[in-house]
Amino acid sequence: MLETTALQRKATLSPPLDTRYHVETPEGIDLPLRPAGLMVRALAFAIDLGLRGLILGVLFVVLAFLGKLGAGLGSILLFAVSWWYMVLFEVLNQGRSPGKQWMGLRVVHDDGTPVGWSASLLRNLLRFVDLLPFGYFLGAICCLQHPTFKRLGDLAAGTLVIYREQPLARPQLPDAPPQRPAFALTLTEQRAILGFAERQGELSGARVNELASILAQPLQVSEPRAVVELNGIARGLLGPA
Amino acid sequence: MKQSLFENRHQAEWAQFSLMLEQLERGKKTSRIASFPKDYRRLCHQLALAQERGYSSFLIDSLQQQVLRGHQQLYRHRSRLGANVLGFILADFPRLVREQWRFVLAAGLMFFGSLIGFALLVYLFPDLVYNLIPAEQISEMQSMYDPVAGHLGRSAQRAASEDWVMFGYYIMHNIGIAFQTFASGILFGLGSMFFLFFNGLMIGAVAGHLTHIGYGQTFWSFVIGHGAFELSAIALAGAAGLQLGWALIAPGRLPRAEALRLAARKSVLLICGVMLFLLIAAFIEAYWSSKTAPAPMTKYLVGAALWVLMAIYLLFAGRTRHAPE
Repeated sequence: MLETTALQRKATLSPPLDTRYHVETPEGIDLPLRPAGLMVRALAFAIDLGLRGLILGVLFVVLAFLGKLGAGLGSILLFAVSWWYMVLFEVLNQGRSPGKQWMGLRVVHDDGTPVGWSASLLRNLLRFVDLLPFGYFLGAICCLQHPTFKRLGDLAAGTLVIYREQPLARPQLPDAPPQRPAFALTLTEQRAILGFAERQGELSGARVNELASILAQPLQVSEPRAVVELNGIARGLLGPA
Repeated sequence: MKQSLFENRHQAEWAQFSLMLEQLERGKKTSRIASFPKDYRRLCHQLALAQERGYSSFLIDSLQQQVLRGHQQLYRHRSRLGANVLGFILADFPRLVREQWRFVLAAGLMFFGSLIGFALLVYLFPDLVYNLIPAEQISEMQSMYDPVAGHLGRSAQRAASEDWVMFGYYIMHNIGIAFQTFASGILFGLGSMFFLFFNGLMIGAVAGHLTHIGYGQTFWSFVIGHGAFELSAIALAGAAGLQLGWALIAPGRLPRAEALRLAARKSVLLICGVMLFLLIAAFIEAYWSSKTAPAPMTKYLVGAALWVLMAIYLLFAGRTRHAPE
């Protein structure tokens, strides 16, 4: 976020050094999505695989008591679970199979909208090719070389596996008397100072002092005073509570 | 404007919007749905203001989350397939098949070519079958179609409940094959070509062998009925796969990934039609083909009628626009 607001109006865009993927909406807003990498997706798949094994195991034990009828039902169920498990969960549960839900992932279209029937069916049918020649070899290669970690199925279906957004908790700003900065701040500097104040609770005291002392000289205060000074400026920027 | 003032001024609006989002995400109807697009665009406007004024990350991030959720609700893709199944069956599917006639023709030639070719080869050179199919599989096939045994398709005497068993089995087995034939097409069409050729070879070799040893009557009267839908479904699945592969080989003026995405969107519709065909085929196979009561002649006639029906459906359905659309 800092990078995009930091841009001078005429500076060339340098892509930030992370994997965020921006969707531009018709309203002209850039929405950042965070694509999920190979490792976390492999874990989600492993969970799904285990779960499917469990479901089939339980069902077959139950169906074994039904004899012939059970055998027919069993093969339909085997078909349904092996080809449709992912599709049904992805479409009906907001892009989340149980494994993905567990790992905090979801599937969306390239434009950030929830995945639909045809895209989900396509990406899961092509799973068969991603599996080739053994153990998701093709899928893994494709996933590793793609900037947004798409396997072949995702490429064809135009889908993306992203991290789900977690609800944010309002950070507690440290108490300090509001102050006016000694000089005019640019937008980036303003965001940086607010970020420093908002994240103070997550940092150790020593680190907070270390970060603040970098700014002691330009702010023209002694190093121990720098933290209070910065918090004061942040309070001032935020305005009366 | 200071951030806290901005937040205080819009807090109530945001709370209401997030309430509406929650209801929409759970699929409930809300009374204020008409104002949703307007509220959403207002929120976009506020997010842009917050970014431009350098407000804190917490505010911007939470606004961004709200906007993303709103975007997902407002621009959600409506599934057209679910909305008009009838229109798809009556018109769109045969139209799509005709539109993609090149791939359908290529896949059909590959599949039926290898099927008929190997059937003739095995019929003329009977020993060839032992080079193509393992011996125990051949003997299993022979026992299934033995005219003396007096039952068809599978080795055990079939009760009504077993029709149901076989129905399940056929669905699973055949749709699985169709899915494989389609999906492997993304490997530049090679996978689809392999599966089309291989399945044609197996079916052709078995047909040739059984005809040669004099089991032709039981075999052909069994397969002709459901074959209309089953065999053409495999060929159509192959056509869908070839379409994927062709998008990668000759993407035209588009980037390969984009060409693949566009081709895939069409081919997935073909696959939906293929599933429909295979469901029909499994039904016929389990409940009609396996009956031993009707005379072989009746079966041939019904089978031929089904082939003609299928051809008429694919060639002529949906040429004129009708009311259901």
